[in-house]
Amino acid sequence: MLAKRIIPCLDVRDGKVVKGINFVGIKEVGDPVECAIEYNRQGADEVVFLDITATHERRGTMVDVVRRTAENVFIPLTVGGGIRSADDFRELLKAGADKVSVNSAAVYNPDILAEAAYRFGNQCVVLAIDGRASGVVEDQNSPRYGQPKYNVFTAGGRKDSGRDVVEWAILAESLGAGEILLTSMDTDGTKAGFDLGMLNAVCEVVNIPVIASGGGGSLASFVEVFEKTPSDAALAASIFHYGEYEVNDVKQELRTKGIPVR
Amino acid sequence: MAIAIIDYGAGNLFNVRNALKYLGFESEISSDAAVLCAADKLILPGVGAFPDAMNKLNASGLTEVIRAEAKRKPMLGICLGMQLLFEKGYEFAETQGLGLIEGYVDLLTCPGQKVPHMGWDDVKIVHPCAMTAGVNEGDMVYFVHSYKAVTDEENISLSAHYGQTIPALVRSGDIYGAQFHPEKSGDVGLNMLRNFARL
Repeated sequence: MLAKRIIPCLDVRDGKVVKGINFVGIKEVGDPVECAIEYNRQGADEVVFLDITATHERRGTMVDVVRRTAENVFIPLTVGGGIRSADDFRELLKAGADKVSVNSAAVYNPDILAEAAYRFGNQCVVLAIDGRASGVVEDQNSPRYGQPKYNVFTAGGRKDSGRDVVEWAILAESLGAGEILLTSMDTDGTKAGFDLGMLNAVCEVVNIPVIASGGGGSLASFVEVFEKTPSDAALAASIFHYGEYEVNDVKQELRTKGIPVR
Repeated sequence: MAIAIIDYGAGNLFNVRNALKYLGFESEISSDAAVLCAADKLILPGVGAFPDAMNKLNASGLTEVIRAEAKRKPMLGICLGMQLLFEKGYEFAETQGLGLIEGYVDLLTCPGQKVPHMGWDDVKIVHPCAMTAGVNEGDMVYFVHSYKAVTDEENISLSAHYGQTIPALVRSGDIYGAQFHPEKSGDVGLNMLRNFARL
């Protein structure tokens, strides 16, 4: 049976992990490659690097990080952050990334999804969506009339694009996205659990894998997201970064609840 | 040169080489017939579509080289490379494959399941072979595919189940094909790559 995936995410700036990561019994680790190696040892099913390097000139460091990771870690690697074109996909895939996630650039130019899918295959095209609850669906012709509405935010969650998350997910799949990484701006950083409502709204309308993100702060929150939504994977950052839990602790908890994991 | 990784312009070849290097095996990515002939073993990777990949192999003259060399040395096809080992593919249009293993490749039909079949799935041992040494029933490997091989049960070493039975590792003589990505399947996958490299 297909396993539910647990994916640790690392924020990387100028080739270094932001804030550093404190694994149990290990001093702070700042090298993303070392962190990826450690997460692989802990049983991570994939690793995601999110590049938050501010200046475009210094982004070459990320390519080097990806290359070194691909030489040492043999599980899928997704890289995102600041992707602006299909050529950016090419550079990271060539360095050894298995998938590339694109967020804001796709909102402003959805064709980037189609171009990347055509050139590299939709299996490597991940659409990252940052969503936030924004009232209710007011269109009386919509099958979701009266239900909560979620808007797509760009620029790291700062800007409301006005686009509807559910409609955007449908369009993205039709253009060639192979997977959706759905982050809730409402639950992100709260550790209060994943945004089940938004996840279900998106899972209902797409036939590609959906990765739940934002709010995974306890073992129970991971159990809940797989019991109450059909999400295929769950992504989290801080719960793994400070040695609170290892990836395998989460998977063990899921296993005891009968949820298939690797 | 121990292992030649066949470069025909399809997909990520570097991760296969990275994995072999990590395991201590030398390999060379090449589209040069002389290199493929001189190698002890061949690996045919691939990501993309069946017709496009066969067109590239045919256009570069590699189809006949691979067919001839596969009679003389162990060969491993990975993902699309595995599918190309069969006689025919039905992705978009009927296309002749390499014909090294009897069978054909057709669309996954799994009612109620997502396609592509993507992620970690467990394997069942059907016919153990040299590549499956050390593999346990229920071990998980990483899949990303929308098509599957249809072949005799005797050619199947490992199978997976996703709404239907999927050949995960096939074998005919010294020709092997992995539908999953051994280079992305953690220790389980590395072990199988090592088994192949040691053949």
